[in-house]
Amino acid sequence: MTTSGSAERISPALRTEALEQLLTERGLIDPTAMNEIISDYETNVGPLNGAKVVAKAWTDPQYRRRLLEDGTAAIKELGFSGRQGEHIVAVENTATTHNVVVCTLCSCYPWPVLGLPPSWYKDPAYRSRIVREPRTVLAEMGLELADEVQIIVRDSTSEVRWLVLPERPAGTEHLSEKDLVPLVTRDAMVGVAKVEAP
Amino acid sequence: MTVPLDIDGPAAPPRSNGELAFSEPWESRAFGMAVSLSEAGAFTWPVFQAALIARIGAWETTAARNEPYDYYQLWLAALEDVLAAVGAVSAGEIAARVQALEQRPHGHDHRDDHDH
Repeated sequence: MTTSGSAERISPALRTEALEQLLTERGLIDPTAMNEIISDYETNVGPLNGAKVVAKAWTDPQYRRRLLEDGTAAIKELGFSGRQGEHIVAVENTATTHNVVVCTLCSCYPWPVLGLPPSWYKDPAYRSRIVREPRTVLAEMGLELADEVQIIVRDSTSEVRWLVLPERPAGTEHLSEKDLVPLVTRDAMVGVAKVEAP
Repeated sequence: MTVPLDIDGPAAPPRSNGELAFSEPWESRAFGMAVSLSEAGAFTWPVFQAALIARIGAWETTAARNEPYDYYQLWLAALEDVLAAVGAVSAGEIAARVQALEQRPHGHDHRDDHDH
């Protein structure tokens, strides 16, 4: 890669432009369809989808059971499906068990419910360290877990995309599903944060 | 390798949901090309993913400690690898087109941005 490549030293913007021209001329990409894909991920597909899934699971025990049994199917019930969402498995965080998600090899992530992954999720430091020293890394990210809480690191692959169902915070019993949605953060659904009561 | 978490830099963990999907326009084009091509059947997503894993793995074993990690550069390189392997676009063709683009008159706005 960096070794052989004169290519890598050319600005990526220019290489991208050259590649896009060649692919368009050869009829291999349709620029209109491609623009739609990009704008979809820039503006539509994001953690709000996952927050709706979580809020429903918190307020509807039947849905919660379906979500934990077959994540992809339960998520599809709310209209979220498609690319990188074929094999979503939801895991529940409790007072004693904390799941945290990583993709050690690249950047696998459940796009339909969380959108595209944030920079830190793709970063080599997070990807290597969360496996070896999850408690320390979570503390550095602002989440201190008691020693007795068991941490399970979930490694995403093309076969399994993990979604964390965070613990519903105490003091939110009176809130409706709709009011719970804005409390649920992307970081909580990756397992690097907890959901806070308002 | 043990690297400190990037607390303030570009890979810093944000405390909200409000991170832009792409930090530069070319990143969105590189992303869109890979997704479009796989959906059009030019290659399968697992093939692209394997190329991306290979690029990331190679970077992690060879990069100097202070070299910044640029995910979408590796993504773009993986896309070029796959397109060369399936015989769609060769590295030489990309290099030739880059050269042609560089010879455009100075001041030409050469980014065909994602709004068109």
